[in-house]
Amino acid sequence: MIRELTCIVCPKGCALRVELEGKDVKSVTGHTCPRGQKYAEDECTHPMRTVTSTVRTSTGEVVAVKTATAIPKEKMVACMEAINRAVAQVPVTIGDVVIENVADTGVAVVAAANLEI
Amino acid sequence: MKHIDLVIIGGGPAGMSAAIAAYESGIRNLLILERDTHLGGILQQCIHNGFGLHRFGEELTGPEYAWRYEARVRELGIPYKLGTMVLDITPDKVVTATNSEEGIFQIQAKAVILAMGCRERAKGALNIAGSRPAGIYSAGTAQKYVNLKGYLPGKNVVILGSGDIGLIMARRMTLEGAKVHAVCELMPYSGGLARNIEQCLNDFGIPLRLSHTVVDIHGKERLEGVTIAKVDENRRPIPETREYIPCDTLLLSVGLIPENELSKTASVSLDRITGGASVDQGRCTDVEGIYACGNVLHVHDLVDYVSEEAEIAGKSAAAYIKGETGERINVTLRTDGKIRYTVPQRITQKGDVTVFFRVADVYRNATVKVKNGDAVVLSRKKVKMAPGEMESLTLKASLLEGVSELLFALEVE
Repeated sequence: MIRELTCIVCPKGCALRVELEGKDVKSVTGHTCPRGQKYAEDECTHPMRTVTSTVRTSTGEVVAVKTATAIPKEKMVACMEAINRAVAQVPVTIGDVVIENVADTGVAVVAAANLEI
Repeated sequence: MKHIDLVIIGGGPAGMSAAIAAYESGIRNLLILERDTHLGGILQQCIHNGFGLHRFGEELTGPEYAWRYEARVRELGIPYKLGTMVLDITPDKVVTATNSEEGIFQIQAKAVILAMGCRERAKGALNIAGSRPAGIYSAGTAQKYVNLKGYLPGKNVVILGSGDIGLIMARRMTLEGAKVHAVCELMPYSGGLARNIEQCLNDFGIPLRLSHTVVDIHGKERLEGVTIAKVDENRRPIPETREYIPCDTLLLSVGLIPENELSKTASVSLDRITGGASVDQGRCTDVEGIYACGNVLHVHDLVDYVSEEAEIAGKSAAAYIKGETGERINVTLRTDGKIRYTVPQRITQKGDVTVFFRVADVYRNATVKVKNGDAVVLSRKKVKMAPGEMESLTLKASLLEGVSELLFALEVE
């Protein structure tokens, strides 16, 4: 089976063609860098996404957060539910851990902006 | 009146990068004027990731990318005034500004860098029929409400325009619990990056309706729905394809306009196509000592390129203040229409120059040809080109010798 994908690793958006045999990736073409090859393989076996959102803060504002690395795509909804419950303590500094091990992914949700008092 | 060597109008990514480059080129008497309450400009509300891949080799969110520059501005002690609105710039570089502490004040600058960014095209420019209820926002306004204020503007959303901000907001509103029913795009192709169609629409099953537009707006107090229709090849709606979609929110992502009101007060000539100043390779406008960079010059797809361009402007403004000028030449860059514009528009100093340009339509298997009269001096094959993706070519200094005009043309197989 051939699967056609658009690479999301960088703004180039390369058109990828993945040859699949059952669930195994046989070959990848169309990528212009090694990261594209990895994306294609991951996307066909266990798709991953970085989630970015905001959490409430202890002072009632909102502050930007992100998953420290990509998490399994099917965990995005559970991740958002955890983010919607979380409260970050002000002051917030980029990199502060807001949620540890979000949705059992082993990945933390970290602050992606600074918020001074 | 205060005298300052270099005044930078705008403290977003362009202004900060230009200021840092000028400082590093030896300019110490400089000042950034920023109208908002923070540095970083629009990046502060762009909380999605994907910034900085070119500059830093890693994927940052907007606020993280902005912080890299703000931290450097603070570290170098580059002065900036927040909450300060520039009202006027004269061709002699007198800057009039106002803030709540100093009232109205004037600065005589030796050089000025314009870095005011751009604004969104508004609903008024679209002439959509129907009523004018609440619930219609530009995508950037909705982005500010959701990401900086913590408000969700609505629950059932239609988005008109498939520029990157529209695509990003389709995902953002979906993650926050809204239902995005459709993204309509007038053109037969999206104006956004392919990766954003994939990760913002396809990931969430949001339909992209190409060659579709909103033809009617319904509702009195609050938006109740929109009528969309397919358009023909002349972009006219086809009546029998009209379709009603109930919704409480319509987001508009229909283009960005460089914000050049101040440039006009300084008598800077604007390029009809880009909506920004016409500049040389150092991003100097046709008013000596006034430079422009970032989205006020032309709308960029990537902030990484904004930072790069602003560095060029910062360095050349510094050279101008210090009275350093290289060997002068005079080359005009023209385009054939398939290539819509170039930045810079002219080259006035000897050296290698990277020229940025955009095409007018989606082209496959095209060749970019740079011509001096009938002679092709440089050509580059491209598998796919689209208006949403900025291209660049570097002209070697040797190519520019004895040349007065170069034509950027596109040949399609």
